[in-house]
Amino acid sequence: MDRVDIYPTHEYQGYKFRPGKPFPFGATSVSGGVNFSIYSSHATDCTLVLFEKGQPEPKVEIPFPDAFRIGNVWSMIVFDLDYENTEYGYRIDGPFNPTDGQRFDGSRIMLDPYARAIGGRDIWGVKPDWNNIYQHRGRLVYDDFDWNEDHPLETPMEDLVIYEMHVRSFTRHPSSGVKYPGTFAGIRQKIPYLKSLGVNCIELMPIYEFDEFENSRIDPDTGEQLYNYWGYSTLGFFAPKSGYAATGKLGMQVDELKALVKELHRNGIEVFLDVVFNHTAEGNENGPYISFKGIDNKTYYMLTPGGYYFNFSGTGNTLNCNNPVVRNMVLDCLRYWASEYHIDGFRFDLASILGRDPWGAPLSNPPLLESLAFDPILAKCKLIAEAWDAGGLYQVGSFPAYGRWAEWNGKYRDSVRRFLKGDAGLVGDMAQRLAGSPDLYATRGPTASINFITAHDGFTLNDLVSYNDKHNEANGEGNRDGANDNASWNCGWEGPTDDPGINALRQRQIKNALAMLLVSQGVPMILMGDEIGRTQLGNNNAYNHDSELTWLDWRLATTNAGLLRFTSILISFRHAHPVLRNRWHLSGQDHVGSGYPDISWHGTQAWQPDWSPAGRTLAFMLAGPNARGGAVQDNFIYVAMNMHWESHWFEPPQLPTGLRWHVAANTGVPAPEDAWAIGAEPILEDRGGVLVGDRSVVILIGK
Amino acid sequence: MLDISVTTLQIAKVVALAGEIDGSTAPQAQEQVLALVEPGARILLDMSKVTYMSSAGLRMLLVAYRTITGKSGRVILVGLSDDLKDTMSVTGFLDFFACSDTLDAGVANLA
Repeated sequence: MDRVDIYPTHEYQGYKFRPGKPFPFGATSVSGGVNFSIYSSHATDCTLVLFEKGQPEPKVEIPFPDAFRIGNVWSMIVFDLDYENTEYGYRIDGPFNPTDGQRFDGSRIMLDPYARAIGGRDIWGVKPDWNNIYQHRGRLVYDDFDWNEDHPLETPMEDLVIYEMHVRSFTRHPSSGVKYPGTFAGIRQKIPYLKSLGVNCIELMPIYEFDEFENSRIDPDTGEQLYNYWGYSTLGFFAPKSGYAATGKLGMQVDELKALVKELHRNGIEVFLDVVFNHTAEGNENGPYISFKGIDNKTYYMLTPGGYYFNFSGTGNTLNCNNPVVRNMVLDCLRYWASEYHIDGFRFDLASILGRDPWGAPLSNPPLLESLAFDPILAKCKLIAEAWDAGGLYQVGSFPAYGRWAEWNGKYRDSVRRFLKGDAGLVGDMAQRLAGSPDLYATRGPTASINFITAHDGFTLNDLVSYNDKHNEANGEGNRDGANDNASWNCGWEGPTDDPGINALRQRQIKNALAMLLVSQGVPMILMGDEIGRTQLGNNNAYNHDSELTWLDWRLATTNAGLLRFTSILISFRHAHPVLRNRWHLSGQDHVGSGYPDISWHGTQAWQPDWSPAGRTLAFMLAGPNARGGAVQDNFIYVAMNMHWESHWFEPPQLPTGLRWHVAANTGVPAPEDAWAIGAEPILEDRGGVLVGDRSVVILIGK
Repeated sequence: MLDISVTTLQIAKVVALAGEIDGSTAPQAQEQVLALVEPGARILLDMSKVTYMSSAGLRMLLVAYRTITGKSGRVILVGLSDDLKDTMSVTGFLDFFACSDTLDAGVANLA
């Protein structure tokens, strides 16, 4: 039996069509044709515009008959379209009255907010034709990827080690040796590296289609082409960036990204996306018409009473996330990525904006955040908030969590950086950070805390120990952009040096940072390349450079092989010891009658931590019998951190009879004795203690 | 344009495709291949003269694979160019297929 709706009922200039289905929104393949569906709360008229792929003028413009509208949704099934060579958009008519927030302009062609692929920037860096009347074009996508047995990995949050990366930067450098540098395919070729490093989750900086030429310009001093390189400026929330796919020129970016996710999953690596729902690429009233602005400006954007754009994102506009219509779009979008792309988790850029009402006021119970937390499709996805925005809302520790949301822990970053550089008075604060920040996440557990010392925003770890100040001149903004407060220390010289003493200290500080990160309760996140000393030459905001400044130089894996080895051993140490990865906060109590509290704090003397304002040393012990509340058995682990500029003798606590301390890591000694592979840890000969060198971390294991 | 011819080589049916497989030619290729699918079919798809394959072409291959293996048959792609192989690899389609460089090697693999 054929369905009756596979037959056209209407014809226009040779194109056959019939009334469509309002659900689902976007362009969807149906028997014999394509169902187009789009909504607007304030439009009066709608026309479907079809192009032959890449052609300057439309091949047909089909006005929606009145009968094709249900509520605020226009839908139409068009038959016999060439799926691969069709591009589509809409002309939408309605009032133009900016003071009332209405900016309809039927002379322009708008991109479908639900477009699943977007043409126009097919190959990275190919200069666009600015005379093109329709720059970013909706394309049709087969959502029929063959996943075999794959599904999201659902790795317990506490077991993750996250690696934050930029798709292009990861393999664009000629030294990467991959066949398709700077692409999803390039990442796939580097999976063995990620596995040997030991990370089990990669977090991709924005991969939704963006325009690298947005605000692009030539730096007048250097002649360098500057781009919108990071991509925190979305054109369409449902489309992967074509220029990140080796097959983007063939229109196969959807399949390429899915194939990457599938292969990462096969290797035990989860995939998180950094998603930017706080604003779009359309800027303010002076910005371009691309999509939302011409489809339903008043619905999609937060507007002042005079019709101007609120700017809580620092980029010109603010998406109106708690408007019910926009909220549904965000939900549709995340459901799409979770179900169609098998994405394991999402990190929400400037997420505090998602908790503001349509007039900008923070909500105590934001419906969007609640909807995401309780959605059935997203039920096993990790949700991570960057819990602040550019409008002054800072919610680290107080982000509305609904038992689901984790946060980028900015306080972890700030405390560890200051402790690392030798500031006094941070010992008490560090105890909170190392324990998973129970002061911030008392009821949410340590897995609410994404611990990081560096991220794409700010210095790389190498630069954190090599520069006191940012050096952003190359960004072309007179070094005014980027954060001024970096809590960094250059170890005695600003920038690269031949001084062996300074370089040795920098190496040690990098190892100290990584060691503290990887023994902290919570979820560690490592910035791409920190494991091999990647530098951006002191630039702490390299958002517009597509050059060696931002590309990962794979030769560093050889130059800094010792650091790479140290990092991968520390990661494997974390994976080997569940006592480092508790789901719930430690209590300082003994739950299993082992004679030792689950976590205990120490100073240079056992059981005597130095909480004084002058303190720069801290040690703690995790009791293996209490690992995960006694549910699993593990070794004792003792970590001594000496951020003082002099060596100190540390006395670890006595172990139960029959156990001895062994050395797992000591950043104070050169490689390869700075870290020992699992099972190869040498016994600590002196039962009385261990000398912890100046600015060094020692990790002991009791077994 | 796509030319399709079907011959027999020992135990195998050979479908030789020559030209471009895209949205306009893939349906016809699919029809001809699927017509050969009987239980336990042994099929070689000779791709050595395929100059271009779009997303629709890749899907045609996967539909053929699913149909053939669904009837306990086997299919091998023969003589894929390096370009096509790369595209299929990067998009994940190659994961499903056994490949051979020549028809003789393909028959040997099917035996």
